[in-house]
Amino acid sequence: MENEFADAPDRLEGCRDGPVPAPGSQDLGRDPRAGFGRRRFLALLSIGAGGVAALLAGIPVLGAFFFSEPDEGAWRPVAAVDDLPVGSTAKVEFVDPEPLPWAGASGRSAAWLRRESETEFVAFSLYCSHTGCPVRWEEGAELFMCPCHGGAFYRDGTVASGPPPVPLERHPVRIRAGMVEVRTIGVPIPGA
Amino acid sequence: MGIAKRTGSWLVDRVGLDRIYAVLAKHKVPAGATDRKKGWMYVFGAATLVAFLLQVVTGIVLATYYVPAPAEAYDSLIFINERVRFGAVIRGLHFFGASAMVVLVTVHMLQVFLSAAYKFPREVNWLSGVALLLLTMAMAFTGQLLRWDANGVWGVFVASHYAGRVPGIGEALKEFILSGQTVGGATLSRFFGLHVILMPLMIFGIVGLHLYLVFRNGISEPPEPGRKVEPSSYRSWYRSLLERSGRPYFPDAVWREAVAGAVVVGAVVVLAITLGPRGPGAPPDPTFIPAEPKPDWFLLWYYGLIAIKPPELETFVMVYLPLIGIAMLLLLPLLFGKGERSPSRRPWAVVGAVLIVTLFAVLTELGARSPWVMDFETEPLGAAEIGPASAQVIDGAQLFHERGCQYCHTVAGRGGQYGPSLDRVMGRLPPSIVTTRIVQGYGNMPGYRATLTREELSTILIFLHHLEER
Repeated sequence: MENEFADAPDRLEGCRDGPVPAPGSQDLGRDPRAGFGRRRFLALLSIGAGGVAALLAGIPVLGAFFFSEPDEGAWRPVAAVDDLPVGSTAKVEFVDPEPLPWAGASGRSAAWLRRESETEFVAFSLYCSHTGCPVRWEEGAELFMCPCHGGAFYRDGTVASGPPPVPLERHPVRIRAGMVEVRTIGVPIPGA
Repeated sequence: MGIAKRTGSWLVDRVGLDRIYAVLAKHKVPAGATDRKKGWMYVFGAATLVAFLLQVVTGIVLATYYVPAPAEAYDSLIFINERVRFGAVIRGLHFFGASAMVVLVTVHMLQVFLSAAYKFPREVNWLSGVALLLLTMAMAFTGQLLRWDANGVWGVFVASHYAGRVPGIGEALKEFILSGQTVGGATLSRFFGLHVILMPLMIFGIVGLHLYLVFRNGISEPPEPGRKVEPSSYRSWYRSLLERSGRPYFPDAVWREAVAGAVVVGAVVVLAITLGPRGPGAPPDPTFIPAEPKPDWFLLWYYGLIAIKPPELETFVMVYLPLIGIAMLLLLPLLFGKGERSPSRRPWAVVGAVLIVTLFAVLTELGARSPWVMDFETEPLGAAEIGPASAQVIDGAQLFHERGCQYCHTVAGRGGQYGPSLDRVMGRLPPSIVTTRIVQGYGNMPGYRATLTREELSTILIFLHHLEER
């Protein structure tokens, strides 16, 4: 097309050592005479190539960065039924679902197991429902107390004092072959 | 020509060092920025940069020894502390260097705010500075977590709790922070990658932009009452100011920055050597309950705020308040980009700055004291403290401790600060009210209806009566 020849001298201009045309004196991408000309095509091609490359690399990069495997939880035997007297509360420890070999102690978690009656067990999450600090069971006071912001919970997990907005989270519990089993849960978020 | 000289001029020619030097040497700053007194107000940015570079070099050394796996990280920190030559000093430098960065970036920002240097045409200088402030805080926080002790592990749990509160994307954010559903093998590597690669790269990039803008827009002249920033004429006015009375940045202004940078490094070195490295504390075990997680000093103000806010404002304080704060910082130069710069003509800005600094100081002190934390270690009062008393009083003192009352209430100088001291409570309140409050609870006091027997309650009341009569 004639346009090709029309702007040929400009291109040569840019290759020489002479003065580069001042910006604004001509729009390199959108020469009004060019229509959908060669330069416009090359500009769009560059943007398109960059975009495709970014997309191709970006999907696995962001995918690996932001999405973790769903965690169904796992049942863990934590205590023999007969070990826990009725009315008592004890810390139980268990292994996370599929802990990584290099996880060390952080592949384990704990919960507070309470025996309500002969057949009824409750397992409270360790994490305070306020900001997730580890609550401790104080036997004499019969309270779960949080060391961070002064939160406390009654033995049934309901809020006794301080800033926690909701009761302690509970783990599902079941009894199998004389053992109390607790189902692991991820870090619980209050209200979520 | 000697070989050294030939190599030198070869480099100068091929790299264009003479051009770079010319640009720097020709760069002018307003005479006020080299003023004997006012000149020292211009050093905080450079001092922050020096602190950052110190973090980079000490961080590189630490990264060559640190093992970013949960099972080994703690031991590798002890290894650096005890076996690596100068290891303890390097860890100290990295900790106090981080503190220096937080302090200096804040002071720099306050100075820019008070002198309104963020106004036209330097709005993007400020915006990039806000990004650097946030990155500095994020680095400080993730750095605390990499100190993978009990505090570090519980810091991750707390961070995931905050992130999880964000409406809509909370769950995804939580999983991003934990790299899973709970703290595990993948968690520490994630923080290591963020702290050691991603965030430093971002800081380098934005610092580059920040410095480019300082050169492009020029450093702001000291404000004078009545001299308003007028976007249509400011640039030409500033150019003529530099032509009239500008001073070369090299060396008229740069020497103060060099001195300030050296003072920062010197102070950090002295602190690192005299106070030593920080931690690691107790081992990182999520089943270790006696942990008492607490952030490092620069977040104590927020820790304090979280404790005293009413429960109804939970999501507001934890999620929206920080977002509102960031939005206000970002909007500042866009809404107030022209007009008066002098603090004497901007009383509300001064009031705001004083208010924020005071609030920060008060909340930090509160967070450091944290009176709401129960005193789990308090010892029961014995006959020595109580003095001659009946067996029932001694029993009452025992019960007072055993039932957890003393965790929150001080008696005879012993116990927690959460609730009021109970030395004089029986003189202050009628016995019926005291009884009701113990049984039903009151304010932040749990009710002991299901815990105390009738006899225990009266024994405790006898003990409290005795305290009053002493």
